[in-house]
Amino acid sequence: MARKILKSYEYKPAKLNRGYTRKSLYINVGDLSVQAKDISQMMIDKFVGGKGFDLYYLWHATLPETKWDDPENEIVMSAGPLGGMTQYSGTGKTLVCGISPMTGIPIDSNVGGYYGPLLKFSGWDALELQGKSDKDLVIFIDGNKGLIQIEEDDGLPEDTHLLNEKLTEEYAEDEDDKVNISVVCTGSAAPHIRFGMLNFSFYDPRRKTCRVKQAARGGLGTILRDKKIKALVVKFKGVKPNLNDVADISTINKIGVKYAKEMHDLDQKQNGIRKIGTANTVAIMNKYDLLPTRNFQAGGDPEAVKIYPQVFIDNFITQGIHDGCWYGCTMSCAKTADHFKLLTGPYKGQCVTVDGPEYECVAGLGANLGVFDPRAILEENFYCDTYGVDLISFATCLAFVMECFERGQINLENTGGLDLHFGNSESVLEILHQMSRGEGFGVIVGQGTRRCKQIFVEKFGADPKLLQDIGMEVKGLEYAEYCHKESLAQQGGFALTNKGPQHDEAWLIFMDQVNKQIPSFEDKADALYYYPMFRTWFGLCGLCKLPWNDIVPADNGKTDDPAKVPEHVQNYVDIFNAVTGKSIDKDELIRQSERVYNFQRVFSVRMGHGTRAEDYPPYRSLGPVSKEEYLSRQEMYDKQIREVHGKDPESLSIEEKMLIQRKHRENQFEKLMDAVYKRRGWTNEGVPTAEHLASIGMDLPELLEVLETHENKEK
Amino acid sequence: MIKVNTEDHPWNKPLTVQELLDEKGYIFPHIVVRINGQYIEEDDYATQLVQDGDDVLVLHLMAGG
Repeated sequence: MARKILKSYEYKPAKLNRGYTRKSLYINVGDLSVQAKDISQMMIDKFVGGKGFDLYYLWHATLPETKWDDPENEIVMSAGPLGGMTQYSGTGKTLVCGISPMTGIPIDSNVGGYYGPLLKFSGWDALELQGKSDKDLVIFIDGNKGLIQIEEDDGLPEDTHLLNEKLTEEYAEDEDDKVNISVVCTGSAAPHIRFGMLNFSFYDPRRKTCRVKQAARGGLGTILRDKKIKALVVKFKGVKPNLNDVADISTINKIGVKYAKEMHDLDQKQNGIRKIGTANTVAIMNKYDLLPTRNFQAGGDPEAVKIYPQVFIDNFITQGIHDGCWYGCTMSCAKTADHFKLLTGPYKGQCVTVDGPEYECVAGLGANLGVFDPRAILEENFYCDTYGVDLISFATCLAFVMECFERGQINLENTGGLDLHFGNSESVLEILHQMSRGEGFGVIVGQGTRRCKQIFVEKFGADPKLLQDIGMEVKGLEYAEYCHKESLAQQGGFALTNKGPQHDEAWLIFMDQVNKQIPSFEDKADALYYYPMFRTWFGLCGLCKLPWNDIVPADNGKTDDPAKVPEHVQNYVDIFNAVTGKSIDKDELIRQSERVYNFQRVFSVRMGHGTRAEDYPPYRSLGPVSKEEYLSRQEMYDKQIREVHGKDPESLSIEEKMLIQRKHRENQFEKLMDAVYKRRGWTNEGVPTAEHLASIGMDLPELLEVLETHENKEK
Repeated sequence: MIKVNTEDHPWNKPLTVQELLDEKGYIFPHIVVRINGQYIEEDDYATQLVQDGDDVLVLHLMAGG
């Protein structure tokens, strides 16, 4: 390695105590300044860590008018106080934030892989990256030596799988040392699209290759390349069970052993996630009419059996190898298709390791694009990863584009000759290759659904009303892959989110649509208060959500509230206390999240967003847009017309029935918004009140100032 | 007539919990069943009968995604 070192910075790695180093690292790639910052007690008390620290730094680094590509925008990442534990499953997550190229407001994305924990063990609770470089850079942190180097790129590869292998090889002393390296990078598509994502690597000594997990949502990879950062590399040797220097290791060990036994005894019976990862739910979603198909028009398809979990297990996914993305995780969900031969693109003919497929991949790149070919899905999966493309935004946006094509809103001339009928996987892959090359119609698709709508209307003469109805985005971010139009609670679970319609805040479809557990608006509002707050907490602490409820104790069903998995909630309370030495209970856990959740909402308000007007979903999210959709569920919809509206469906045309449904469903959503805002302590316009902030201990002067400014504007 | 998750469901003859789950298409492996508030062990699904007028709760334990 002979890269030119532009800046060298030596430091004494801070010692961890009770989950924190109390130091954060600031790097400005514009002027190459490096600074160690102290993390205050106020930050720990109010923001906890992880996404909390990220948002705090982002707020203070940016202005209300900051755009995603302004130099002051930051990429901030933090592992959280529980991050890097090895005794409990799912403790290696890093939370990443920035002002999003998709939404113009803060985005947060959580990711596995080793970078966040190794960064923390190198002495840093958080990392801020600000400024814009004029040349491509690699930022290397050696956590054992206490050394940071900013290096000039000397022609490193653009794509993830090659870049990771090269950098891991370069910085490791030998094969055994590779597990001590983690790389953050994106791929060749990221500079050309808005939904470029970040790959976080971990070296897999069994396969002898670099694996990746993704901080996928919102265009964080696009920001990385806009700053001309090619890669971040951290090296730390010496991971062991108590690097966090916790307050009570005995309690942690005890809970960890108990949970590992649950996983061992119950996974095969409850989920089978250790065989196929999160793609285990594809068959379930198809059976329950929830698998988004052909741009969320339907909730399943008979052809979906071709992409069921067993097909991948039998034909592609390597079995019998532990597949955790951090040490000590017994869930082992990070599966791969090894020795997979590519049939298209620049790596055609090569055999590669494909990380995945996860549920969102099979549902999005498969069913939602009408592609029921497991081979094609894996090839799309690989190219999304190596090119640095958020596959959820890609799939949902392209599903919209394909429906536009099928409905004659765009044509072959507009697409540069690409036939975009659903199911055409060759065209799907070509769109990806165009994104990588920065050319053709792929670059337009890469602007995301919101901007595609505008382009199709203004340049191609498409119908704006239809496009608004079928373009599955809120706030500029594409929906995650669940067909949810029969669950009012989940309609809110997607649209009434801080960052946009991602399922990591609330997934209430079964509770609402199947179990009928939350029938009233107040019930739904309670769920849309509790679950987003509870799940936000994982992001404050550096945790993965999956171990909370993908496996549950054998006697969970006998508890008062099995959906919340009370024993696991108590595990988290006990672990938090055992790490930090604090004494929280399950209510304070929710309160910790609520502070950060409200901070994020006010952050959006500060940027001129974050109000009711921006929480409205497209109608496809709420009900049937087309006659075909109505007819596919006619029995159910007619029954609703009869029972809810007291009208005889036989006496009405489909158009009349669709109009009745639409009015009713839009009205229901308005009422849901009212109930949810009230439950969250917000105004009817969706803005947190000063009184509510005071009641949760989050009435910081900078927040109150934003609320006052907003109120004055509204007058 | 019985209730399944608060909705009416036709009942023609005594049927086991497992037969009811099959009838409803509830294939999700991770559920909790309660009949008139009484928790039913999974081992009993094949033998526990559902009678006319019963109020059956089938909770799918997925708040995930």
